Amino acid sequence: MMDAGRHPNITLLTNSEVAAVSGYVGNFKVTVKKKPRYIKEELCVGCLQCIDACTYKEAKFADEFQMGLGKRKPVYLPFPQATPQVVLIDPQRCIQLKTGKCKKTCAAACDRNAIDFEQKEETVEVDVGAIIISTGFQPFDATRIPAYGYGRYPNVYTGLEVERLTSASGPTAGEVILRDGTRPKSVGIVHCVGSRDEKTNRYCSRVCCMYSLKLAHMVKDHTGAQVYNFYIDMRTPGKSYEEFYDKLLSEDVRFIRGRVAEVTDWAVKPEEEGKLVIRVEDTLIGVVRRIPVDMVILSTGLEPQADAASVASMFGISRSADGFFAEAHPKLRPVETNTDGVYLAGCSQGPRDVPDTVAHAGAAASMTIALLNRGQVTISPTVASVDEKLCSACKTCLSICPYQAIVFNADKNIAVVNDALCKGCGTCAAACPAAAITARHFSDEQIVAQIEGLLREPKTAEGARP
Amino acid sequence: MNFEPKIIAFLCNWCTYTAADAAGVARMEQPANVDVIRVMCTGRIEPMFVLKAFAEGADGVIVSGCHPPGDCHYTNGNFKTFRRMPLLERILSQFGIEDGRFHWGWISGAEAPKWAELARTFTEQVRGLGPLNWKDQLASKED
Amino acid sequence: MAEKLKLALYWAASCGGCEIAIVELREKILVVDQVADILFWPVAIDAKYKDVEAMPDGHIDVCLFNGAIRTSENEHLAHLLRKKSKVLVAFGSCANEGCMPGLANLYDRQSIFDYVYLESPSTDNPNKVVPQTQNKMPEGEIQIPKFYQTVKTLAQTVDVDYHIPGCPPQAPQIWAVIEAIVQGKLPAKGSVVGANEKTVCDECKHDRKEKAVKQFYRTYEIIPSSTQCLFDQGLICAGPATRGGCGALCTKVDVPCRGCYGPPPHVVDQGAALMSACASVVDADTEEEAARIVGGIADPIGTFYRFGLAASLLHRRKI
Repeated sequence: MMDAGRHPNITLLTNSEVAAVSGYVGNFKVTVKKKPRYIKEELCVGCLQCIDACTYKEAKFADEFQMGLGKRKPVYLPFPQATPQVVLIDPQRCIQLKTGKCKKTCAAACDRNAIDFEQKEETVEVDVGAIIISTGFQPFDATRIPAYGYGRYPNVYTGLEVERLTSASGPTAGEVILRDGTRPKSVGIVHCVGSRDEKTNRYCSRVCCMYSLKLAHMVKDHTGAQVYNFYIDMRTPGKSYEEFYDKLLSEDVRFIRGRVAEVTDWAVKPEEEGKLVIRVEDTLIGVVRRIPVDMVILSTGLEPQADAASVASMFGISRSADGFFAEAHPKLRPVETNTDGVYLAGCSQGPRDVPDTVAHAGAAASMTIALLNRGQVTISPTVASVDEKLCSACKTCLSICPYQAIVFNADKNIAVVNDALCKGCGTCAAACPAAAITARHFSDEQIVAQIEGLLREPKTAEGARP
Repeated sequence: MNFEPKIIAFLCNWCTYTAADAAGVARMEQPANVDVIRVMCTGRIEPMFVLKAFAEGADGVIVSGCHPPGDCHYTNGNFKTFRRMPLLERILSQFGIEDGRFHWGWISGAEAPKWAELARTFTEQVRGLGPLNWKDQLASKED
Repeated sequence: MAEKLKLALYWAASCGGCEIAIVELREKILVVDQVADILFWPVAIDAKYKDVEAMPDGHIDVCLFNGAIRTSENEHLAHLLRKKSKVLVAFGSCANEGCMPGLANLYDRQSIFDYVYLESPSTDNPNKVVPQTQNKMPEGEIQIPKFYQTVKTLAQTVDVDYHIPGCPPQAPQIWAVIEAIVQGKLPAKGSVVGANEKTVCDECKHDRKEKAVKQFYRTYEIIPSSTQCLFDQGLICAGPATRGGCGALCTKVDVPCRGCYGPPPHVVDQGAALMSACASVVDADTEEEAARIVGGIADPIGTFYRFGLAASLLHRRKI
């Protein structure tokens, strides 16, 4: 990431979002809103003295990167490897930004005068030839499966939360401990939470079996606890993945095949008191079991981002049935979309792990390089065209093009089709009440000729058809 | 003389046309009565085509494409189709063309058996209604 | 002195509005009188059918034929005037596309007669007398023209040389055509004259925007804005699917265009074109919503085919 940040040909617009996109392949205009950090990026060197000096002596607010398990101050670095290595101030938490009445000890501590409480949102317009969408995924919200008790029972965690617990730079410096500070002696890892599920997401999230195995290994390593993995199938394709699973089998991690029905704190037997009980049908032996554990880890799946619909609409791309952005062809064109010049990289197109994401992103990059180097785009000839002599500017066609390929030329008072954006669906030609739009190669005359030809009476015996 | 209905089907390239092609390749049983006109998207289909087909002598007409809301290769061409077809249905009815002669719907590229089934049942349905012979309307009905 | 143009005018199944349109030339009709001899014009001069029959073929230079072909008399005159005229012009919407008489194609002869002569609330016909084509009287046998099942346009009956659209054609346009005839500047045979190539929208001053119709209104249901496009407001304005040249008279007073100048060039079926435009811009993203909104159009065939039913692809309702 640092290399990307430093490269002279790369401009990073962080803390920003795309507000609008217009244009077409080779000629996109993207409007970006840069939200204020309240820090002058070019001056900050990431010394973090402002954080120490903050009027809040203790970190008080849930740290998003630590999945809410750790705390941060209003001024903070998003995560240790953040690029650029620049802090930002949270306007919802900072006293100065909320009330205007703070001693601003942070600003005083900054010997570069990098703090700027007056900073405003900036709008930046960039002209680009190609777009790569790598907006990632959002984790499944485990509260959607109330039976698993996430949010009710303090010792039910998601996989991402436990990632932070096991991390040396996490909120507990790598100690896997429960909310009350004790170490778990038994841990249940529930696979397929929000995946392969008719009620939530039908698809497999691809990465969870592997990360569940990793967590099983890490948790066992950090705590010595008895670890159970509850799975439907063990999905371990990839180099050395199956071998890793084998290793865990020999580490005394217990594997139970069954979709967990419920996590409950209602004890039925004495050994269940004070624990969380996982109820599951162990399908390999055909018995419904109750397994008491101290800690439950839910291996939550991957979902498209919540704003996927509006992002798709903004970039003029479509989504697959599962909600991820749609690739142009499921086998042969994994990084292109149906919109020329817009490519996909990584989980925005569908769940995948790091090696697969690197490959996917490399493909997107190389297609972009090829496009920009070619300097020309070959488009299909089956595009629509407006006859200037007939178009009377009724504007019926403008709103119905799926690609906004029709624009209104106010000088000539006619509609004009952008050949580069037009995909040849013909819906404008069908709608035009003046027959001013021709769908090339599927014109009214051509289709009418087909109708007439097919229905022309044969010169053979009556009623005879071949 | 057995009446063989003449049916014109306007199919979208990416979905129903693909299904019809697959049905043919898989040798699924279909009557020869259905003639297909391929368009790239059902959004291309204007009411005039259907009226022209009936005017030229079709006994039945089919319009079929990708399932809304998400299957359309052009994102929402089929939305225009489901806006136009109900109005066209009413017009056909006001012209005195029986309901059973016009069918519009959605068949995806993976639903070849559904296409073969439609071809079979629609042909029989139109056969039951008899010939439409629209050209006779001006010619022989004058006594 | 150049020979005067030999002019004939005839009305078949019509309302008489096209005759009034000629009179609308006002003082210019005196110019017409100067340059032309009107040989036959039933509403205005006393020539008879036998006078026309007596003419040599092609004797009439230009015949302006208005009205649709409803009866055997209309048909006879269409053939007769075709024979006796060098140039036959389909004048007005009835002759060109059927216009209002064409709407009778939604019915057949029997149901029309039943309603008009027997069933209508204001009919007083206790003896159930219904027209017959022949009737024996003491004085002899009389015949009246046959009432056909189907109204036809002039072009569906005989070859037509030029088309002047409109219900009625507007006087300035009629004048422009007369000038062209006198100067010998008519375009290729088969052309539409006295009208524009673009649609009514081109002449209409309402402000048009991208369309998204949530509901269709009948003209009495709303008082439309005078500046916004009437179609945008949900009124079914035929302007986008209608040939221009009338000056957009109706939309000028916030009344939606009804389509009387017929289809624009290249449009095969005016009703189908207008129907497609209306439905395409319905603001609905589900089948149910779309069906609901288009379901709000009260009488589709009467709305979209108001003027052009006889000339449309299907011509009439199935008998």
